[in-house]
Amino acid sequence: MAISEKEVNYIAQLARLSLTDDETHTYLKQLNDILLYMAKLDELDTSKVEPTCHVLGLENVHREDEEFPSLSKEEALLNSPDKNDSFYKVPKIIE
Amino acid sequence: MKLSHMNAHELKALLATKEVSCKEIMSSIFDEIDKREYDVAAYIHIRDKKELFTEAEKIDNRRLKADNIGILDGLPISIKDNICTKAIPTTCASKMLENFVPPYDATIIKKIRQADGIIIGKTNLDEFAMGSSTEHSAFKITKNPHNTDYVPGGTSGGACASVAANECIMAIGSDTGGSIRQPASFCGVTGLKPTYGRVSRFGLVAYGSSLDQIGTVTKNVKDTALLLQVIAGVDSLDATSVDESVPNYCDLLSLNGKLTVGIPKEFFAEGLDHEVENAVKNCISLLEKDGHNVIEISIPHTPYAVPAYYITACSEASSNLARYDGVKYGYRATDTKNLMDMYLKTRGSGFGAEVKRRIMLGTYTLSAGYYDAFYLKAAKVRTLIAQDFAKAFELCDIIISPVAPTAAYKIGEKADDPLAMYLGDIYSVIANLTGLPAISVPCGWTTSRLPIGVQLTTRALNEPLLLSAAYRLEQLLATVA
Amino acid sequence: MSSSEFEAVIGLEIHAQLLTKTKMFCGCSTKFGSEPNSQTCPICIGMPGVLPVMNKNALEFVIKTGIAMNCTIAHFSRFARKNYFYPDLPKGYQISQYELPICQGGHLVLHTQDGERVIGLTRIHMEEDAGKNIHDNSDKYSFVDLNRAGTPLMEIVTEPEIRTPAEASMFMRKLRSILRYLGVCDGNMEEGSLRCDANVSIRARGELALGVKAEIKNINSFKFVEKAIEYEIGRQERVLLDGGRIVQETRLWDVATGVTKSMRSKEEAHDYRYFPEPDLMPVVVSNEIIETIRATLPELPEDKVKRYVERYKLPLYDAELLTNEQQTAKWFEEALVNGVNPKAVSNWMMGELMRLLNENNLPIDKCKVSPVHLTELIALIDKGTISGTIAKSVFEEMFNTGKRAEGIIKEKGLVQISDEGSIDKIVEEVIQKNLKEVERYKGGEVKLMGFFVGQVMKLSKGKANPAMVNDIVKRKLDGKATDE
Repeated sequence: MAISEKEVNYIAQLARLSLTDDETHTYLKQLNDILLYMAKLDELDTSKVEPTCHVLGLENVHREDEEFPSLSKEEALLNSPDKNDSFYKVPKIIE
Repeated sequence: MKLSHMNAHELKALLATKEVSCKEIMSSIFDEIDKREYDVAAYIHIRDKKELFTEAEKIDNRRLKADNIGILDGLPISIKDNICTKAIPTTCASKMLENFVPPYDATIIKKIRQADGIIIGKTNLDEFAMGSSTEHSAFKITKNPHNTDYVPGGTSGGACASVAANECIMAIGSDTGGSIRQPASFCGVTGLKPTYGRVSRFGLVAYGSSLDQIGTVTKNVKDTALLLQVIAGVDSLDATSVDESVPNYCDLLSLNGKLTVGIPKEFFAEGLDHEVENAVKNCISLLEKDGHNVIEISIPHTPYAVPAYYITACSEASSNLARYDGVKYGYRATDTKNLMDMYLKTRGSGFGAEVKRRIMLGTYTLSAGYYDAFYLKAAKVRTLIAQDFAKAFELCDIIISPVAPTAAYKIGEKADDPLAMYLGDIYSVIANLTGLPAISVPCGWTTSRLPIGVQLTTRALNEPLLLSAAYRLEQLLATVA
Repeated sequence: MSSSEFEAVIGLEIHAQLLTKTKMFCGCSTKFGSEPNSQTCPICIGMPGVLPVMNKNALEFVIKTGIAMNCTIAHFSRFARKNYFYPDLPKGYQISQYELPICQGGHLVLHTQDGERVIGLTRIHMEEDAGKNIHDNSDKYSFVDLNRAGTPLMEIVTEPEIRTPAEASMFMRKLRSILRYLGVCDGNMEEGSLRCDANVSIRARGELALGVKAEIKNINSFKFVEKAIEYEIGRQERVLLDGGRIVQETRLWDVATGVTKSMRSKEEAHDYRYFPEPDLMPVVVSNEIIETIRATLPELPEDKVKRYVERYKLPLYDAELLTNEQQTAKWFEEALVNGVNPKAVSNWMMGELMRLLNENNLPIDKCKVSPVHLTELIALIDKGTISGTIAKSVFEEMFNTGKRAEGIIKEKGLVQISDEGSIDKIVEEVIQKNLKEVERYKGGEVKLMGFFVGQVMKLSKGKANPAMVNDIVKRKLDGKATDE
């Protein structure tokens, strides 16, 4: 087994995805199959290979420290599912 | 021939001589939509008809006044619904963004508008561009216009179907692992994934950031050149876009001299449908007869491309999709007990199964203890594959290959077997892993009258060579047909 | 074991908001105090499809800071994503730096009572700030303001080389001073432009291994840096002395009760799943660029302190106070004209000038007294034209009106009386008026000298030369004594 049910639940929690029991079982099987297949990469010796992070090889792309118009408060909040005049609203954060 | 059935250059010629108007073209397109859209289901959202005709009329009036019209000439274009269009709903075919209306345009949308293209509507896709058949949309399944029992391919299934069904003249799609080229081959249209960085990604909803590119879906190669001309170019809002001048692609379509065409031996192994194989071999022999040099080349790391792709894409996706949390926009689950519950239920029910699967996979491959074995390993394999291609391009100018191992399959046939679906990407993911430009051109039919496509690839930023080779092949195929 | 057998090991993790005009990855303004959610755009809100582009000035500011703090500037560095879920983190990840930060190593020198202490740095890197969650006013909801999201931040991490709470706050003060000199951050802990978390552990004195550490958060002033760490050290000592064990955890400093409290909800270790940011290109910094930026650095506090002590022979205390703020140092240096004694200038600045500036809530660069004016006043004292005491009231007048010393003295007739004859007359008058006290003085109450001197000064409206008054009073009193 590449991945256990406990790990599936841990990953789902980390990714903030609620899963039904059915989903957990389905994903457990599917992820196992997929991960076993991915493990094919272990066949390759990559100890002396540099990873590719960007295909282009560009460097130092930046912008000037100049202002660009912001959205209005109304435009910014428009798409939010829960809000008041000034803020996004979320269930109370307990620290 | 109906206007909706013509290609962009044919219509441009008629518009130039004022034999037809934009309004008439728009009318013909809507006739087609009325006739076919119910079965094909290419669109998620079609803009208000009156608004569209007003836009078409405005361009017609400007043309009458001998104003300069942009090179898209008022032609109707469809946009894949993972590209942000201001004030037009952009859903990514997901419940998560069902009611999202972006307050801004993607850069390429701005460019299309400036070139006087008319955006008809937003086309269907697999949710968040994750899939290979457009069966994973939260809203509808798009059908292959050639046979509605079959998938159009994905994830730009809606885009390709809309062009194949003449419900628009050209389309914009996106390609992360073959998402333009594979559906183009399934639908019998021409699909281009440009070099990574050739076209701005600003406004393209990110899936695999180091792999994603916006590309074109058209009826032929000449139209590809036209649309690429409009969308290509560096963008100050996209740090991954390339600061290289955009040549006039339409002027560069004639091939000068003979090509050396490479055939990767690893691509013609088991799993390749023999009808597809024959169609591709036919293209090879046409090119040979046309005087081009054909050689066998090797891409030794071919078998590792699909795992490297999925690890990279899913890892990046798991991060890119973290923003969908129900706070700032999009869907939020109701009836939740607290913040954690809100996150879990919003994302648990807002995302479809394939998206959740890929997020879980990507979260796993980035997690502590697994990062080196998976994400980092895949990034190194990416280097090895790039090295394979660098060596190959010392020996040849163009690489020819199948686009997918099969032609279109029946709806539902692969929906429950994710791994089987992933394996279908074997020929297409390489262009995304390496960032090289690749095009799919229709080259034949199966006995069941489903289209087959052939793929050409070349060196980075050499779209002129790619398009001229594709154009030549297209001509050769036309003479035989 | 007793508590004195423990030593504290302290490391600081500091976040400084950069004084760029716009945010780290988009063109929204970084202005403080605007209406909520009025300074955001699709990019810093994390809308679908947006991309970040790095602010050039943010990079420059961080390199500047690295140079000033003796760091090695990386020729190649990268951005990385730090992934976690929180309502004030719009993208669900923070763009930061992980394996390849822009600055590594470095150090800061502190001048403590026990001598020089070199505090090493681990690294400095660039990242973006999160928005603000507001919790009060509601039982059911929290409210999110994304104005601050995307503001450029510099994270500075020290080695665990700080040993006392006092050192920690001294470090923060010195850091603030440097950042303000460089113009990269305004260092305001109360407003949150400079923040600090403290990692605190203790171990047996002489032990090399590190103890289990607690991370202290919610420290928002220099005073609290010291108090919170002091409390935590005490708490950990008590735990160990009681036979307990320190738990590795995050604790919040509670201002109201003066204790640190465990944040139970953050017990789980975060798996941030760092990976290189695919949307941003690597940052390549050549030696030429580093040298160009180095050339723009002003003279830093440490170098000024050295110069003030060596060249101007000021005590270390004076030098540190005068160089804490760049404007103050500038003012001081502009006052070093006309052969004036630097110590005199320092005394006036640290004394009367600071007092008046604080009372009037004025920054030194808005002060009506110019540095040259002060030197004029000092010269008048040296000449004996006015006494030190009178000079104080002259200075206050200068401060309030901007007028120069000489004018004020003339106007108010404050020239010191320094001729013997006049003083003699006044002393005589005082003696004649206070014969009883003369008797008492002669009787042995020599302390009454002060009374007579005071009366003379009062009668002369403070203008009599105090030294001369002392002489003449003593002479006359003692003379009177021997007369009899």
